[in-house]
Amino acid sequence: MIFSLLDVLALLPELILVAVACILLVLDPLIKKCSGLAGVISVVTIIAAAIATYCIASGDLAGGSFFADMHKIDLYSVFFKMIFYVATVLVMLMSFQYVKTKDINMSEYYILMLFSLTGMMILASAVDLLTIYVGLELMSIPVYVLAGFKQSSRKSNEGAMKYIILGAFSSGILLYGISFIYGLTGTTDLAGIAVALKDPVTSVPALSIAIVMLVAGFAFKIAGVPFHMWAPDAYEGAPTPITAFMSVGVKAASFAVMVRVFMVGLEPLYDQWVIILIVISVLSMGYGNLVAISQKSIKRMLAYSSIAHAGYALLGLIAGTAEGVSSVLFYMAVYAVMNIGAFAIIILLSVNGRIDQLDSYRGLGKTNKLVALLMMILLFSLAGIPPMAGFMGKFYVFKALLSQGMVPLAIFAVLMSSVAAYFYIRVIMVMYMKEPDGEFKMFKPACLYFVILLTVVVTIWHGVYPTLLIDLARLASSII
Amino acid sequence: MIPLTWFIGLGLILFMIGVAGVLLRKNIIIVLMSIELMLNSVNINLVAFSYYLDDIRGQIFAIFTITVAAAEVAVALGILIALVRNRRVLNSDDMDSLKG
Amino acid sequence: MILERLFFILFAVVAIAAAGGVVCFKNPVHSAFSLIVCLLQVAAIFVLLRSPFLAVVQIFIYVGAVMVLFLFVVLVLDIKKASLETFPGLKRWPVYVILPVMAIEFLIVIFGKSFAHMQMAEAGAETTVEVIGLALFTHYLLPFEIISVLLLAAMVGAIIMAKKRWN
Repeated sequence: MIFSLLDVLALLPELILVAVACILLVLDPLIKKCSGLAGVISVVTIIAAAIATYCIASGDLAGGSFFADMHKIDLYSVFFKMIFYVATVLVMLMSFQYVKTKDINMSEYYILMLFSLTGMMILASAVDLLTIYVGLELMSIPVYVLAGFKQSSRKSNEGAMKYIILGAFSSGILLYGISFIYGLTGTTDLAGIAVALKDPVTSVPALSIAIVMLVAGFAFKIAGVPFHMWAPDAYEGAPTPITAFMSVGVKAASFAVMVRVFMVGLEPLYDQWVIILIVISVLSMGYGNLVAISQKSIKRMLAYSSIAHAGYALLGLIAGTAEGVSSVLFYMAVYAVMNIGAFAIIILLSVNGRIDQLDSYRGLGKTNKLVALLMMILLFSLAGIPPMAGFMGKFYVFKALLSQGMVPLAIFAVLMSSVAAYFYIRVIMVMYMKEPDGEFKMFKPACLYFVILLTVVVTIWHGVYPTLLIDLARLASSII
Repeated sequence: MIPLTWFIGLGLILFMIGVAGVLLRKNIIIVLMSIELMLNSVNINLVAFSYYLDDIRGQIFAIFTITVAAAEVAVALGILIALVRNRRVLNSDDMDSLKG
Repeated sequence: MILERLFFILFAVVAIAAAGGVVCFKNPVHSAFSLIVCLLQVAAIFVLLRSPFLAVVQIFIYVGAVMVLFLFVVLVLDIKKASLETFPGLKRWPVYVILPVMAIEFLIVIFGKSFAHMQMAEAGAETTVEVIGLALFTHYLLPFEIISVLLLAAMVGAIIMAKKRWN
């Protein structure tokens, strides 16, 4: 037998999620009366899955490959799985009040998120191109639907349509690249591909085609320029918690896969793919930051800023060393937390009836001092101002770049970072310098407030004391 | 025997026609059909490589590709129906924008 | 073996013509039928590659389910307006320039030395259902299970999107 009970045990977290999602699906007519019960069950399930992951990772199964070498349990995959769990739990907590306000309170909302989370977990552990492709699609298809969940809103429909068309298009391109790699190396296993590529017989021109297609397909998923066209519309049209889910979860999972594919599988061809990634990173940082300046809608502004952040994180991959990879892991972790915090505050205003425009924030510094303070901390972190976590993230990425001698790239990144500070600080100025319209009694749902406080605390903690996380990241990246 | 390059060349031509369809046509249904064309060309590649490498992996991959393509098309058509239904009822722009 | 090559050329030419038809027809129903013809040619090519199971799967799923779904949706939505849509013409001229150049470049790469070392094709054995089934349920069990979850998720998603939930 190729597989045994151990393989099933290794897959326990994913099995828990899928099983509970199916049970929720079946029991939906019964629990529809208690609104929000599906959400609570989902959150509890994810916590259970996280505990299961921790037990597996610290037990005998750690470091092994299961299911005929297609599923790997190592510290790298556990690191990313924890990011996904935290991100999804926070997004679900944010959603409780939001879905009631927007009248999209259905258990399918949480069920689809559970399915997407399963896809992300498969991606974190995948070491074979076949599993990667299937996990990528399992992650993406529920998110396509969730982006269009506000059925009565035309913006939501159009955003979802753009997202799925461009998503299918790019996954077609990715597949074409995968088929060439398969044909030229004879295998789809990442380690096997690396071995086959070291052999000088495999021809270079066809490999270049394959690499370009592969990079194009992945660059779409992280919304890197010039494959970013879907992001602003999809981010703006989607329900705000789903925007947070897309910009954090999907991006982190795509980075997890990219790092494994490029650092493990395509490692011998470093010189070929690094050039393309440098171009994409430079364009993303430049375009993302410059266009964000002219945005009036805060959600759209955060969409362009997350395009830029993807550019920064790519720099760690471009460095091509274990230090670079650890910086990508650290960046993804802190970016997840601070981005979710920013979106949580947007949801807080939205739940209180304010629209998604810069003008809604005027005078917040006078009417709701605490919320404005929390928003200011998160915006400082996104801009990369010390002593917040965002600064430490960028610091480690630049350090990895400089230790490889890529000085012009680092200088450009710092320049773009200072350009970005403009539109983050502009929000803070509107909050504190402009006069408010009047009294603003804010209704603060408990779960939402908890999310905001938690993300701010973690942001400050990792800005002041990042050693814990960076050591973990270093350990995780030394595995691959 | 048919040379492998013939199969790959056919795959490439079909892929390029599919890409042209996605980039040139405005009707969303035809764009979806062009994406199906692209995925079919990938299948030809995979099965051809599988035959010439004497490795079952390519054909298994092709089965999975067919399945994923079918699932994706179903969801895309669902979203399309929601979009078209909305456009008929609401003639003006998004009424939701006032609530953020 | 000349007969095999002749058959391949026949299938390839019809497939390319049908693919061109998908992209060029104005009426979506004509495009759908053109795509069905193309898919049948691809199935025939699978038979040439000694994979009859895959050919049958292609016809069942692609032609039998996906294309029927397409035709349903096309007929439910407004066709008259769609068939009045004009081709973009010269508005998207970069595509007309870049795409053929890329295609010719890739073709040169492909027909060059890239795959020369794999031209030695033995008369391979036919891939039976047994071989595929064995591989699918032992070696490739994990992707198989993930695909089944994917199908469930896609089903839930498609129904949620298509169902009218508001008034």
